[in-house]
Amino acid sequence: MASAVQGAVAPRSNAAALSADEAALSISASHGASARLSVRIRSGFIGALSIALWLCCWQLASVHKWNFFFRFENIPAPSEVAAAFGELYRAPKFAAHVGNSLRRIFLGFSLAAGLAVVLGLLIGRFRIAAQSLFPPLEILRPIPAVAWIPLAILLFASAEQSMVFITFIGAFFPILLSTIHGVEGVDRRLVYASLTLGAGPLDVFHEVILPGALPSIVTGLSIGMGTSWFSLVTAEMISGQFGIGYYTWEAYTLQQYPKIVLGMITIGLLGMGSSLLIKWIGRRFMPWFKPDASAA
Amino acid sequence: MTESSALGAIALHGVDVHFGEGKTAVQALSGIDLRIEPGEFVSILGPSGCGKSTIIGALAGFTKVSSGELRVDAARVTAPGPERGVVFQQHTLFPWKTVAKNVEFGLKMRGVGRSERKRQARDILSAMGLAEFLSHYPHQLSGGMQQRVNLARVLVNRPRVILMDEPFCSLDAQTRLQMQELLLSLWHEFHMTVVFVTHEVDEALFLSDRVVVLTQRPARIKAEVSVELPRPRTRDLLTRPEFVGLKRQILELLIGEAFSPAKPS
Repeated sequence: MASAVQGAVAPRSNAAALSADEAALSISASHGASARLSVRIRSGFIGALSIALWLCCWQLASVHKWNFFFRFENIPAPSEVAAAFGELYRAPKFAAHVGNSLRRIFLGFSLAAGLAVVLGLLIGRFRIAAQSLFPPLEILRPIPAVAWIPLAILLFASAEQSMVFITFIGAFFPILLSTIHGVEGVDRRLVYASLTLGAGPLDVFHEVILPGALPSIVTGLSIGMGTSWFSLVTAEMISGQFGIGYYTWEAYTLQQYPKIVLGMITIGLLGMGSSLLIKWIGRRFMPWFKPDASAA
Repeated sequence: MTESSALGAIALHGVDVHFGEGKTAVQALSGIDLRIEPGEFVSILGPSGCGKSTIIGALAGFTKVSSGELRVDAARVTAPGPERGVVFQQHTLFPWKTVAKNVEFGLKMRGVGRSERKRQARDILSAMGLAEFLSHYPHQLSGGMQQRVNLARVLVNRPRVILMDEPFCSLDAQTRLQMQELLLSLWHEFHMTVVFVTHEVDEALFLSDRVVVLTQRPARIKAEVSVELPRPRTRDLLTRPEFVGLKRQILELLIGEAFSPAKPS
């Protein structure tokens, strides 16, 4: 290796140049840090002010029963919603509603993710799979999950199963399409590189295709999580017993209007939380992935 | 290292390559006859788009030969294989693997155990000045460093032949020269055959024992120029009269080619 060491001089000067660059970057960064902090505080303040203003308008409209075009006479004021929120700890059923919805999401989403990722990998990789599996799926794809509800009720023995099925349908197609897209987007040169390094077909699949498609799969899972919540809430409103969608609809039928808004906020938080969870898991699995690195 | 010193002979006999069918068919290579000795460093030079890279594709085994025969040592080339390492232009490191894991890949495919893989990858990366970057991801490295990792990933498998497709064309002039010198020292040490595709006359002359000049598409061999300049070569060679004389000879061949209309096949 003696002669190669000679070549190693170049790398070192290169590395030194790199770290000098980084140092320059970090200097400018620390210089700009305080300025950036003040910008962040400022924009945070303006944001909070805006939200407060909207809440004020809503409060005033409800209290004074605004009745031009929008009818606020039955709309609970933010203060009433806050009061309902404060009473939640005395309502054990609320936790049961949330728990039921979470269980349905977990089941439906997990089934959808498992099946859609496997089918997507096959369809994206093998022409015969694409020819045989994709056409029937293409026909079903434009049908919104919600449109499946009547058929789902007929199809399954229990309402529980049909709701899990609707959740499954909601998540399935976004995950399937993103997986196919991800597999097709894997750089052919990476496949070639792996072949010249001695990889067999199975190695190519799990060393190149799967990790190459992973960013797209994670995006699909994140979108699928959103659509599965959307589908579940609708299904629960129509055919549910328990569940946060059912809770929200029940509040309407029982004329407990503040609870409607409470249910809506809960649905939003649950959807956001589960999407963040997907993204967090995705980042844990892909420490190498920088969304803007490919553009650089 | 020495057991493979007599291996790495390449022979092309009347190799034609067509792409597509019918009216859209394109002929990339036409009747290529070429012998490359074990351990020889041969550059392939030609006008851009002439089909230089197709030769690499055919030798690597990605590109099917339409007619003719292509052998590396006794074996006909039919598919990619680790005895023929390929270094592409850029961005062919696995982005999801660290530098060390990228280099270990070929060993892993051969079933070499984990600790032995780690040791070999560490050794070769240290020799190339990348010891501090074992656990970096490719996107954290400069273009020159990425190409060094690429070389290490191929060399660690001790290939008989290395096929290089304009590997340094995206690097700046300074880094490129460093890479050329590094490549020569590695070639000297590993005793492999190198087929190096480039459109840079200086690069071809500086590196090679022989320069093969191609015509416009469909590419045929226009001339072979043997480069009898002493080794080891250093960058001051670039301005020596004998270097400049060879450069003029090759430039005339290329310029003649650039202005002649493409011949129908």
